[in-house]
Amino acid sequence: MNSREYPDEPRGQFPAPPREFVDRRQRSVRVLGVGPHVDRNQATEMLVEMYNAFDPADRAQGIPPTGESAIRDWLGRVLEEDCENVVAVARESEAAVGHVTLVPDGDEHELAIFVIQSHQDAGIGTELLRTALGHGVARDVDRVWLTVERWNSQAVSLYQKMGFETSDSGSFELEMCLRLGASENGVDQTESTG
Amino acid sequence: MNLLLGVGGTDDGIRAMERTLDRVDETDDDLTIAVFENTASGLTVDEVVDRVDDNLTTAGVKASVRRVEGHPGSGLVELAEREGFDRIVLGGGERSPMGKVQVGSVGQYVVMNAPMTVTLVR
Repeated sequence: MNSREYPDEPRGQFPAPPREFVDRRQRSVRVLGVGPHVDRNQATEMLVEMYNAFDPADRAQGIPPTGESAIRDWLGRVLEEDCENVVAVARESEAAVGHVTLVPDGDEHELAIFVIQSHQDAGIGTELLRTALGHGVARDVDRVWLTVERWNSQAVSLYQKMGFETSDSGSFELEMCLRLGASENGVDQTESTG
Repeated sequence: MNLLLGVGGTDDGIRAMERTLDRVDETDDDLTIAVFENTASGLTVDEVVDRVDDNLTTAGVKASVRRVEGHPGSGLVELAEREGFDRIVLGGGERSPMGKVQVGSVGQYVVMNAPMTVTLVR
């Protein structure tokens, strides 16, 4: 069932967290890795606040759930030790404004990104996603897949810009895949032709 | 009501069957169970039929059990149209590792093509 077709070539350079950038509205935003730069409990509380305020119209396939207890249950899952997470934090308010999670799925990872409505259309998604992929490289993540609603052209073009390629277009959602190349040093050589 | 429940042996389909049998036990709807092969389940049609028969016995519900050959989605819709079913009931899909709802291929086909009401059981 899980035989996704990945791009032959891993993608190049992505910056790793922690880093800080200024969005198109001159707001300073820090991107932190959960674990090394912000502890899980603190990240959980920041993200509960962000997802409580999240516009349900921007949900994707039932994620994030609505209501604080369902949000906490879901965050409990995606913030487990075996998952990789980065959080975008607004410098001014110290509030979380964006989140990327990478959840293990065998030797692959499923990715999702969310940016709170007040901080959309300002370039934060691009910087957050690049940094999350850099975090993935640093944590030995190689194969990353995601699904995206096919009408969401803004998200699809963001993913394409990062190097994601469509691997399945036969469903309600598009499935897209990216290789980070973190296992180049031996674990996966089956597709390496030198 | 005249219900056609499709079961291909995937976990969401089995859950949908259990829930539907409980409900039919209360409502006395007429139930037909259409068994099809779903490559995602790894079960043969015979194995799924055995499972369905077991569940019917346990629940004490009467239903006729049919087999759908070929493309499961179109076979289900065709059977439902031909025999005038009011509603098709199917499993509502699985969750991805991070919890996203993913409607299976049979569910997607039926939702897009059935002229009658479709229930996806969550």
